Amino acid sequence: MLLYIARRLIWTLVVILAVVLVTFLVFFKLPNGDPALRFCGKSPTEECLSLTRHRLHLDKPFYVEFGYFVKNLVTGDEYGWPGLGYSYGTYVSVREEVIQRAPRTLWLIAGAATIWLLGGVAIGVLSAVKRRTLVDRFAMGFALFGISAPVFWLGLMALFIVWKELGLTGGSGYVPISNGVLTWASHLILPWVVLSLLYMAIYARLTRNNLLETLGEDYIRTARAKGLGERDVIFKHGLRASLTPIVTIFGLDIALLVGGAIITESVFNIQGLGWLAFNGAITQDLPTVLGVVICTATAVALMNLIVDIVYAFLDPRVRYA
Amino acid sequence: MRFRTRDGIVRAVSELSFSLRRGETLGVVGESGSGKSVTSLAIMGLLNRATTDIDGEILFEGTDLLRLSPSELRKIRGRDVSMIFQDPFASLHPMYRVGAQLAEAVRAHSDVSKSAAWDRAVELLSAVGIPNAKGRARDYPHQFSGGMRQRAMIAMALVHNPDVLIADEPTTALDVTVQAQIVELIDRVKREFDIGVILITHDLGVIAETATHVMVMYGGRSMEYGPAHEVFNAAQHPYTWGLLESMPTVEKRLDALVPIEGSPPSLLHPPSGCPFHPRCKYRFEPCDKKVPPFVPIPGGHPDACLLPAERKREVWATQISRELGVVP
Repeated sequence: MLLYIARRLIWTLVVILAVVLVTFLVFFKLPNGDPALRFCGKSPTEECLSLTRHRLHLDKPFYVEFGYFVKNLVTGDEYGWPGLGYSYGTYVSVREEVIQRAPRTLWLIAGAATIWLLGGVAIGVLSAVKRRTLVDRFAMGFALFGISAPVFWLGLMALFIVWKELGLTGGSGYVPISNGVLTWASHLILPWVVLSLLYMAIYARLTRNNLLETLGEDYIRTARAKGLGERDVIFKHGLRASLTPIVTIFGLDIALLVGGAIITESVFNIQGLGWLAFNGAITQDLPTVLGVVICTATAVALMNLIVDIVYAFLDPRVRYA
Repeated sequence: MRFRTRDGIVRAVSELSFSLRRGETLGVVGESGSGKSVTSLAIMGLLNRATTDIDGEILFEGTDLLRLSPSELRKIRGRDVSMIFQDPFASLHPMYRVGAQLAEAVRAHSDVSKSAAWDRAVELLSAVGIPNAKGRARDYPHQFSGGMRQRAMIAMALVHNPDVLIADEPTTALDVTVQAQIVELIDRVKREFDIGVILITHDLGVIAETATHVMVMYGGRSMEYGPAHEVFNAAQHPYTWGLLESMPTVEKRLDALVPIEGSPPSLLHPPSGCPFHPRCKYRFEPCDKKVPPFVPIPGGHPDACLLPAERKREVWATQISRELGVVP
């Protein structure tokens, strides 16, 4: 088992490296503005430009720049470890930016993930158990709505109705916990709900379908034949067997939100990693984008590993494979 | 027993009547779709109440199981009446240890500690012939062989010393050599625990081995029902004759198998009159008009055939028993 984890960790590093390489390639192939220009202000001098270009290694072929980047990543640069360089646009250390933004995104994900997992599975179970009744129809209708409604519309609607008209929650923008848990939560509650809606809908459908399929299996019949109560049959036997695909997807969904909750973060002005990456991308700010990309790639690889371990824990048939 | 489906009403079982006593093994024989599995599911109360209509009664020690509430039924399931199923691999939960599943059965009907339940589980696994029961109980179903899984299922069914054991095709998914072991195990269990067994199968050989009584089902109806030696040595119904003739034996050399021509009837649109008449070699005038009543013949047992009693005996004595090599 330890050997397996070690192997997976090495593979993770390879994957991250590959992702960084692809990002690099994209930047170098895109028609871009000249970063050096941006650094040198409104009236750039030739001297400034060439100095900047040299410092940023822009005058060398991309594999050299890539080489420098990887070296800095591993050994750290003047801003600490890992060496992510500094933003082309703001001249601020990327590492600093990432460290500052990451908690916001992580809190956003944590809250939303809890809501959508618990809510989605609960709705799914209810739907499956009461299939074809009104409850089921409503639940699946809600699911359809959740999947179809665009996040930015939902977010704006939510802000307008709940914050502006009803005054029930805090507005947009992120407030750190240090300002008081209630305030922090009141600013996050709407983004949590809005972000989770789409996933809750997906998970509800997934749970419902998986559970219905599982409930048709022979071992469910055996459980009933043993004289088990319906609650045990559904939760101990049915749900347990239906959970594995959900767990797998859950890990991936969380990981992808690390740099991916761009719309939610923008609508609610939570300046997290997604927002950071997006801004970096439109301003051709390679180091910043790379910084977020590496975060996401690491998150994905790590979550993959965790999910695989949990899967083996849940399903003993997988363990010896 | 009728199922309401989207395509119409399926008449799964009609006019079924039988009884079971301790020490008896009732072998229920029939093709797929004859209604044999569904009958046992009805006894256990495992059918979907919303879409199933059942007329009649199922008396267990005086109580009509059909009139019981779901929670009352639940108390009987697994404790007084137990069932084992065809595919033991699919019938055990793949993610829980075998011992845990047995212990769960124990705690379903009695308030004992987890360790006491586990001990009982190990005790039963050992009783059904699983070596190193203590260690094996910690294994998962996929680590058991087919025969062992079925033994484990039997153990699980016996946890509360039930009065009735229903075995629905317990050997169909197993190798022939293992089949013999399982059949023998069920028989031993019947004697040791003094229970009644309903053994459902399409394999006449298995029935011949252990059944004390036989019920032949077809098209949701009972075609013949009587003591095993009577059904095998003095069969009365053309369908039973066809079944017996179709069985190849080691003694005789055959050039071709002798099937019953045709296929089982649709239960959505059953044939008029006797359900077997389209395939019956002995059908005559009234067979497609009148449903044969299920009545005994003098000196014999109940069957559902319009042929006169003498004719049945005649056909058996002159034709069938000759072919089968049975001494009348």
